[in-house]
This record gives sequence, structure tokens and C-alpha cells, in this order.
Amino acid sequence: MAAPTTLPSALADATRDESSLRRFLHGLPGVDQVGVEQRAAGLGTRSIKKASKLHAIDLAISMVDLTTLEGADTHGKVRSLAAKARRPDPDRPDVPQVAAVCVYPDMVKTAADDLVGTGINVASVATAFPSGRSTMDIKLADTRFAVEQGASEVDMVIDRGAFLSGRYGQVFEEIVKIKEACGDAHLKVILETGELVTYDNVRRASWLALLAGGDFIKTSTGKVQPAATLPVTHVMLQAVRDWKDQTGELRGVKPAGGIRTTKDAIKYLVAVHEVAGREWLDPHLFRFGASTLLNDLLMQRRTQLDGHYSGPDYVTVD
Amino acid sequence: MSDRITVAKTYKLYIGGKFPRSESGRSYPVADTKGAFLANAAQGSRKDARDAVTAARKAFGGWSGTTAYNRGQVLYRVAEVLEGRREQFITEVAGSEGVALKKAQSLVDTAIDRWVWYAGWTDKIAAVLGSSNPVAGPYFSFSTPEPTGVVAVLAPQQSSLLGLISVIAPVIASGNTCVVITSQDRPLPAITLSEVLATSDVPGGVVNIITGRTAEIAPWLASHGDVNALDLTGAPESIRADLERSAAGTVKRVLRNKAGEDFTATPDMSRLRAYLETKTVWHPMGV
Repeated sequence: MAAPTTLPSALADATRDESSLRRFLHGLPGVDQVGVEQRAAGLGTRSIKKASKLHAIDLAISMVDLTTLEGADTHGKVRSLAAKARRPDPDRPDVPQVAAVCVYPDMVKTAADDLVGTGINVASVATAFPSGRSTMDIKLADTRFAVEQGASEVDMVIDRGAFLSGRYGQVFEEIVKIKEACGDAHLKVILETGELVTYDNVRRASWLALLAGGDFIKTSTGKVQPAATLPVTHVMLQAVRDWKDQTGELRGVKPAGGIRTTKDAIKYLVAVHEVAGREWLDPHLFRFGASTLLNDLLMQRRTQLDGHYSGPDYVTVD
Repeated sequence: MSDRITVAKTYKLYIGGKFPRSESGRSYPVADTKGAFLANAAQGSRKDARDAVTAARKAFGGWSGTTAYNRGQVLYRVAEVLEGRREQFITEVAGSEGVALKKAQSLVDTAIDRWVWYAGWTDKIAAVLGSSNPVAGPYFSFSTPEPTGVVAVLAPQQSSLLGLISVIAPVIASGNTCVVITSQDRPLPAITLSEVLATSDVPGGVVNIITGRTAEIAPWLASHGDVNALDLTGAPESIRADLERSAAGTVKRVLRNKAGEDFTATPDMSRLRAYLETKTVWHPMGV
């Protein structure tokens, strides 16, 4: 096993072989479940109003990875999604663009062609999304195909089966290899926290993904309940903050699945600010994986500016 | 032996089939016409109204999609439950409106009969208001009435039960869903009606009942982008024009009732007709 980047000696030691990796991950401090849930709930009650709310809404829009991951996806649907990404609210040109459009590999080209020159990234899920149950060759081919088609971000899933049965080395190898296959594309590592059961596991998986070179750690595929939750995101934000303290590198976090309202999104932004820090309030370091969230953000934005409640008749339905 | 201390009630709102407290945490005392305390009612806020509209919108697809016959059955079942609560309604109407028991009794009976009257209309609306149109071409052309959507109802301020039922029943009979702001000073019969609706077969969200200050909440419903129609019956005179103006901003249907509407008289179809859209379909006749 080889560490992908030059790391401080303690972290480099951890990636030397499987047993030291296990020692490192199991040596991580346990998560205080009651404490983290209480803190997440406490920060969730913070009231963000008026100008700050408007600012938060615009920031959240610019952090959205506009996602469609359905078996029923068509090229037409992806194109309309790309149009929405460029100009989320056609009535109001001052609405920021979203950060990325997230699709299945075979739809990447359609999205990439429509987003040329816009600065909007195309993210593709890969590695036998969403279960991750396939051979390494297929996962690598899946990744290379997505990147060839024009994806600038790759969302991979880890092998939860291997992780839960303690084969950390295998998961590590996999992330390292996929990272190589990505080339210049950013790698987001989906932990699928809903299947990891405990916060301790989430912390271990986060560190594992960071050690292996993931640029982002992402909560969920969106296909498993529970998907993103505030406490889980807290634990992951702590991991990237600690990573920065130890290495000086900035890595991102992406909660995905189940974030549907502006209120939820703002709770996450508060958590980002309080747990990780101000510099993570940036689309390069924090994203929302969502499909319905954008419409609610747009409606709330209209409500703030117009002084009356808006409705779903005034936004595009995708 | 000491006298028993009665349990003073603090009621809640009725939104989406549940009884939540007001988001604002406020409540206000309700008194009878002589000023004696009756109960505390929740004082709804604009956010409660917003949540109610969301609930009503969510319920609209299901309620408007049921067959007219089934809607009639559901409404008739409500009348049965109303009948079971007759004594409670009589006491509350007598307390709220300051009328004698005998008068209250007749008001409650008329109210229940009114509900049954509208329940009977559900499967007749299409026959009466729809038509098959003679057109100059080889087509069938049909016009059918369809519910308009979410209706914001400002319930009459004086007639606390009969008036309330006279404005809610026609809205839901034709398949609309509604958000009702009750009479500000006489909300108790409306609260009991919400308990009746919750224990009958009406799906949650079809009727949402908010107690509180009409003048505070009404403007938010009048301007709301997801409300399709507005019933001004209980609107305070001072804000009526403003409500109409802001309702025009989102092209709502507005029902401006006649002044001093007599709810004891048998109604006509006007309230049913007010919340309907006409859909016309052309179909080639074939050979």
C-alpha cells in the first residue's frame, strides 16, 4: 500500500500496511453519540433571517450538485437539468449557477456538451453505483468511461461489505486505484453512512477515504434510508477539519439525500461554519447532493425578495 | 366537599390532519358574549398559514382525484359524526353567539342539514354545470367542471357554526382543499369541527383550520403564490380592498359575498360554482 500524497509521518505510518491501518482507524477517538446529536440539534435551532438568509440561500444554490440518478433518466431529462443548472430561475438572472450536475456515466456526455464553457462541473457516479457490488476491473472501467466522456468529478461508492467486515486495506486500495483512474477529475467518496450503523464507523470511513486521497467525502447515495443526517455530517466535518489541522490540506464534504428544504440546507450551512470553519463555506469544499432542494431554495428566494409566499407553479418541475 | 375545578382547555390548530401548536407559540383567551372565559385558542401566525397551504396542496391531488360519489360518502359520514357531537355544538354555539339554547339547537340542526345538502351535490355538479356542446364540425365537445385547487377561506365572524359550514362544505364538495381562518372571537365550534373532521374519513390536509387574528393572517394567504382562490366572507371591512388587490397579483378567484349573508336561508349553487374551472375537451367523432 502506498500513501497517495506526502503525509505527516503519523499518517504515512497508518497507510503502511493493513494492520497499521486498522490500528490507526481503531485508535481514532470514539464519537460521543449523545453529544454530537445534541450539538447538531442545538445548532439547528439557530435563527437565520433577512439579509443573512438571502445570502445563505444564494450560497446554498451555488453549492448544489443538481442530481438525477433514476433508471428512467433520458437524454432529454439530462438536457433540461443542464439548462436548469445554468439558469436556475429564468425570471431572475442574478440567481447563481449551481456547482455541478450529477448523472450516471452514460449521461455524462449529454450533460458535458450542454455545459461547455459555463464553469458548471459534470459529476458522474461510478464504481457500480449504488451498491458497489462488482469486480475491481468493472469499477475501474466504469470510472475511466465517465472521465473519458467528460466528467470532471467522480462520485464513487466504497465497498461497505468489505468495510464492515474489517477489510480496510481492500477499501483503501480500491479508493487509491479509482483515484488514479480519475486522473484530473475530483474524486468524491460515498461512505453510505446509512449502512455504516455507528458514528464510530462513519469517522473511520471518513479517515480511510481521506487517507486514500478522496477529495470529497460524501454521506450517501440517496438510495438508502437514512441518507444524510445532521449528526453524521457533523462527524464528517470534524474529520476534514482535523485533516486540515494535521496536513494543511483542504478536503470537502457532501451531504446527499433527504435534504429537501431551505430550512434543512441552512442548518447544514450553520454546521459547516461552526464545525469545520468559515473557509468550508465554499462550493469547492461543500456541496449538497439534491434534486428537489433547488426548487425550494428558489421559492424561498422569491419569498424573501417579493415579500409574499411563492408556490411550485412558479418554478420548473423536472 | 369542595366544588370540582373544571379543566380549562387550550386548543391547537388543525393542519394536515394533525393538531400542532402555533409555530409562534401564542394563544389567546376566548370569551362568551358576556365576557366570561370559555377556553384558550391557538393564535396562528403567517407560518402556520404557509404550512397549512403546503398541507392543502399535498392533499389536493388525492381529494380531487376521488370519485364524486366517494366524496359524497365521505362528507355524509362527517354529517353522521356531527350529529353525534350535537349536544357539544349546541353548548358551544350558545356560548359563542350568546343565543338561547333553543335558538342554538336550531342553528346546529340547520348546520348539519346544510352539510348533508352539500354532500348530496358532489356527484351532481358535473351533470348540472357540465355540458356536451354542439359544435360545427365532426367532434364531440364536452365541458366539465374541475376543482380550482387550494382555497383560502375567511370564515364568517358572526355565525360560528352554520356560517362556517356554509363556507367550507361547498369548497370541499367539488374537490378543492382549503385553509380556513376561523371567526376571530368565536372559534370554538370550528375547533370542534376540526375534531369531527379528524375522526371521520376526510383525508388530512383537505380542511386545515387556523384560529387567530383574521387581519394578521389573511394578507399572507391573499398574496400566497400557491393559493388558487380566496373567500372574503369574514374579511374585516378595513382590509377587504387590499386583500382583493393582492389576490389579483397571483390571479386568484375571489369570492366577494353579499353583505350580511343570511346563512339560515337555503343556499343556491353560487358557492359551489365559485371554485370551479371549466375544462373543455374536443374529441374527433371517428367514422
